[in-house]
Amino acid sequence: METPLTKNIPTNGDGPLDLKAYEKAGGYESLRKALRMPPADITELVKKSDLKGRGGAGFPTGEKWSFVPVGADAPHPKYLVANADEMEPGTFKDRLLLEGDPHQLIEGMIAAAYAVQADIGYIFLRAEYTLAAERMRKAIAEAYDDHHLGKNILGSTYSFDIHLHVSAGRYMCGEETALLNALEGKRANPRSKPPFPQVSGLWGKPTVVQNVETLCNVPHIVNHGPDWFKSLSHTADGGTKLYGVSGKVKRPGLWELPMGTTVREILEEHAGGMREGLKFRGLLPGGASTDFLTKQHLDTRMDFTEVQKAGSRMGTGTMIVLDDHTCPVGMLWNLEHFFAQESCGWCTPCWSGLNWAERILRSLEEGTGQPGDLEKLGFQTKINAPGHTFCALAPGAMEPLQSALKYFREDFEQHIREHRCPWK
Amino acid sequence: MLTPEERQEIEAELSHYPNKRAVCVDALKIIQRHRGWVSDESLRDLGEVLDMTTDELDGVATFYNLVFRRPVGRHVVLICDSVSCWIMGYEKLCQRLTSRLGVKLGETTADERFTILPIVCLGTCDHAPAMMVDNDLYRDVEADKINDVLENYK
Repeated sequence: METPLTKNIPTNGDGPLDLKAYEKAGGYESLRKALRMPPADITELVKKSDLKGRGGAGFPTGEKWSFVPVGADAPHPKYLVANADEMEPGTFKDRLLLEGDPHQLIEGMIAAAYAVQADIGYIFLRAEYTLAAERMRKAIAEAYDDHHLGKNILGSTYSFDIHLHVSAGRYMCGEETALLNALEGKRANPRSKPPFPQVSGLWGKPTVVQNVETLCNVPHIVNHGPDWFKSLSHTADGGTKLYGVSGKVKRPGLWELPMGTTVREILEEHAGGMREGLKFRGLLPGGASTDFLTKQHLDTRMDFTEVQKAGSRMGTGTMIVLDDHTCPVGMLWNLEHFFAQESCGWCTPCWSGLNWAERILRSLEEGTGQPGDLEKLGFQTKINAPGHTFCALAPGAMEPLQSALKYFREDFEQHIREHRCPWK
Repeated sequence: MLTPEERQEIEAELSHYPNKRAVCVDALKIIQRHRGWVSDESLRDLGEVLDMTTDELDGVATFYNLVFRRPVGRHVVLICDSVSCWIMGYEKLCQRLTSRLGVKLGETTADERFTILPIVCLGTCDHAPAMMVDNDLYRDVEADKINDVLENYK
């Protein structure tokens, strides 16, 4: 089984490969290859590979790039942003790529930038990833020293700069258009779409924003081609995927596996199943803002299409497991507390609704829940459905709630009936 | 007044962005690195350098979890209260931490050694519960060993 994304990441706790060692392991090969190709051919390769965005939404990457204006009349500078603002609760995959193989991200950024003929790149990194910041800074400096970045990369006519922007901590910044506002030094509220960032993004110029894991796939697609990339996967979505498991399983962790590996294989073989004495009740398949899957869904293949058919989303591919000794209502209170706190306050259904939901969940946990509370929670899931809010934060926040109300309704009702949390 | 060092560090950031305003988050963090927090006076002084009003700057400063608009202790403890850590024992860890230091979340110890703040998911969920002290990450933190962690910071 091939693991292109993680093959150079030391498993013994050593630091990442420096530029020389990275090149020795075959790194920056795609750069030399790409610089000899017409930029549009790279977009075409990525399109054919069926690479879908790994940040959670799963939008086809090549298609995204094809909206960027190119040619002599295209506005400049154009921007490429690596979204390294990994703040989705339960998600810890980009950290591995950033800390473990920083040159891979730089190589992916240059290849992507070359495809859309971008001039300037930013890595938008969350503040708490201090080790990643240190390692990225060092790798960027090495890349400049060796003419992999800057003017006339490797003696070609193409020039591209990368700057590391370390944020100051807010979940909202991970949303594509809010991230643009954050980079411009404004409050990170989302922008309306259209215009899409590919046409009018940073400072009104064409901008592509991609998740770290997405960009790290690009060099391998350039090197080995779309057919190879598709052959890595069990399903129609191309490539491998970083899958993670947290919660009370025997071996929480992160693994690069073929796209479309089943939930059961990840949970039972890789994470070792539940800890002794605990039973599985459900899981959020791809971070906090995805619907619960339960026992009946364990044979679902983890890709963008199949998880959706099971009523959820693959999201970031990092699962959070709920066991039978943990209160599902308490878990929901924790999740909605997060979303209510991190709402940017820009639109009313979100800032008002998420706070209502959090208060009701708290009252259930504190034993002061009332008959009718579950209907009120159900109302919030409707009012914050996709299309009713400015961005995807609130609809995402409602996904675990609406599915918990469906799968764990008896637990909610018991809290109201008994005026207490039965787990306390 | 901003110090010459602060000014120099802020100016070094300007070359990476097309206008002054875009460096405001970096600038707020530079000031915080030197002074521990960002006061009203610092905001006014920074506004003059970046051609922003104090209110515009405050709008940005207060948007972020990690720009401190009030004084903090010598060391800032960030304890993750998000879902995986909650499942894996955040409440016990938090209880032990706050009772050991005799302050609540959001407060600073009387000797100004520690400020404890809740933080959103630290992205190390397979090693929950997690916390940070200043720039250092601690994973698989056992409530009983919290003293050993704190002893590293004077």
